[in-house]
Amino acid sequence: MMIETRELTKQFKDVRAVDGINLTVARGELVALLGPNGAGKSTTLRMLTTLIPPTAGNASVGGFDVVRQQREVRLRIGYIGQGNGAGHSQRGRDELVSQGRAYGMRVRPARERANELVDSLGLGDVADRTVSTLSGGQRRRLDIAMGLIHSPELLFLDEPSTGLDPQNRANLQEHILRLREARETTIVLTTHYLDEADSMAERVIVIDHGRIIADDTPQRLKAKHVGDHVILGFTAEHDAISAARTLHAERHGTEVRVTAEDGPQQAPKLLDDLSAAGLAVSSIEVTRPTLDDVFLTLTGRSLREGRAEETVEV
Amino acid sequence: MTSLVSDTRVVFSRELRPVIRDPFSVIFSMIQPLFFLALFAPLLPGESSLQWFVPGIVVMSCLFGSSMTGSNLLFEMQTGSHERMLVTPLRRPALLIGRALKEIVPMVAQAALIVVVCIPFGFELHLGGAVLGLLILAGFCIGLGALSYTLALASKNKEWLFWTVQQTLLFPLLLLAGVLLPIDNGPGWLRALSHFNPMTYVVNAERALFSGDVLTRGTVEGVIAAAGMALLGLFVGVRAMQRSD
Ligand SMILES: Nc1ncnc2c1ncn2[C@@H]1O[C@H](COP(=O)(O)OP(=O)(O)OP(=O)(O)O)[C@@H](O)[C@H]1O
Ligand SMILES: [Mg+2]
Repeated sequence: MMIETRELTKQFKDVRAVDGINLTVARGELVALLGPNGAGKSTTLRMLTTLIPPTAGNASVGGFDVVRQQREVRLRIGYIGQGNGAGHSQRGRDELVSQGRAYGMRVRPARERANELVDSLGLGDVADRTVSTLSGGQRRRLDIAMGLIHSPELLFLDEPSTGLDPQNRANLQEHILRLREARETTIVLTTHYLDEADSMAERVIVIDHGRIIADDTPQRLKAKHVGDHVILGFTAEHDAISAARTLHAERHGTEVRVTAEDGPQQAPKLLDDLSAAGLAVSSIEVTRPTLDDVFLTLTGRSLREGRAEETVEV
Repeated sequence: MTSLVSDTRVVFSRELRPVIRDPFSVIFSMIQPLFFLALFAPLLPGESSLQWFVPGIVVMSCLFGSSMTGSNLLFEMQTGSHERMLVTPLRRPALLIGRALKEIVPMVAQAALIVVVCIPFGFELHLGGAVLGLLILAGFCIGLGALSYTLALASKNKEWLFWTVQQTLLFPLLLLAGVLLPIDNGPGWLRALSHFNPMTYVVNAERALFSGDVLTRGTVEGVIAAAGMALLGLFVGVRAMQRSD
């Protein structure tokens, strides 16, 4: 196991940021932690990366205890935090090289690796400028390069794509997926982008109030907690009423909504049933749930609303 | 394999790089000392006033530069690069020692600049003594820089704390060390206070050494004060760094 935690807990003065998390991640997995602001995602990563000690429970990373064997853990992981890894008064390429040196690389290999990453992350034009003059997205890509310099076997990324435009976000996702393919890197990332968790991770862990409330593939999470909807439209309300009765489904006006595990596959069958009953369908629509719907079902709150709420509170 | 020494070297050269890339940044913390030199020194009575005043100004520019240096760390704590370095296998003591050692470089550059500027106005340089003086000052800078970093670590998420403490201590330290005016003729309480200021001994030692008096009691006191500062600074600084998150 790459990561193993038992009842991992972090209590700040009056906040229980992480509340008894049990988590195992196998070598080569790509896991996304999903949750609203303040859910405890960063705190979890900060404990796993040895930055802060847990107040209860324990965790091992790469087979080493995060409290008693910090050095062994640090040697094996890469960490891209929520802030900027590269110092603002430094130049990007300098920071990459000194980051490599920090991991014990010699100057020449560190320089070569830095050049390689500068090229592959498209930082060629800005790598020799002072970091404070870079745009937010350029700085974020530099942070990613910093975390990759020593080719770690386990990579933690805290909101890697925040601040990137859609194209750079896609590039980054591709980069992460390639990295994983080429080196079998184990990757744990947090994200606010539901589509990102959906398309990249084969395992999504939903966190709320410091607890894991769901842990599965995006497909199974959606199938299990929400399911697809087949929405059938009728020209007359009395047809809709009969259809709702035939299918044991909900009705809103002239619309009948059927919950199905696999909507696209079930839709033709529904149509057959209805035409057998002599009911003519005027329109049909299949909706598939998003991870936000999963979160809404699990907590009664939307991830997106959660964000807005936080902003107001601040 | 890495060691405390190689880790320290990595941190030291990282800290030094912006200074080398932009040497004018060294001048920034010197602006005030240079004003004192230009606008205050001419007011001092006596022929040898420059000989007396310049060593104090060298210490002053070291005081200003090294006491502010923690603000760089404070900034890196806010932006996230300090956190990034804490996760690397760099040994925690190296994160502090490397930074503190770097203070020597701007100090030497500033001292050289001040001396060179003053020579045409009649300042007499005794090279041997001056070199020894800079060694003492190096210890003082390391200690002061380490304390400044400690203050920065203690001011996490409270930037005001750093600047309040730094600004509050700066001028009492400076004035009680007799940098601008001699303490010797002052009232007893002021002289008593100045004995508790390690900088007093450093300034006295610098004055003797820059005038070529190497073997004096002042030199010994200066060495002790500077070494004491360095040890104290590194001790509390390393502890603070080991607890940093
Ligand atoms: N150093 C700290 N001291 C006190 N409370 C803290 C500290 N760090 C985090 N918290 C609190 O712990 C909770 C979890 O914070 P955390 O940063 O882990 O959330 P997150 O899931 O990463 O949120 P976001 O999506 O906003 O990054 C929050 O209520 C936060 O205020
Ligand atoms: Mg976070």
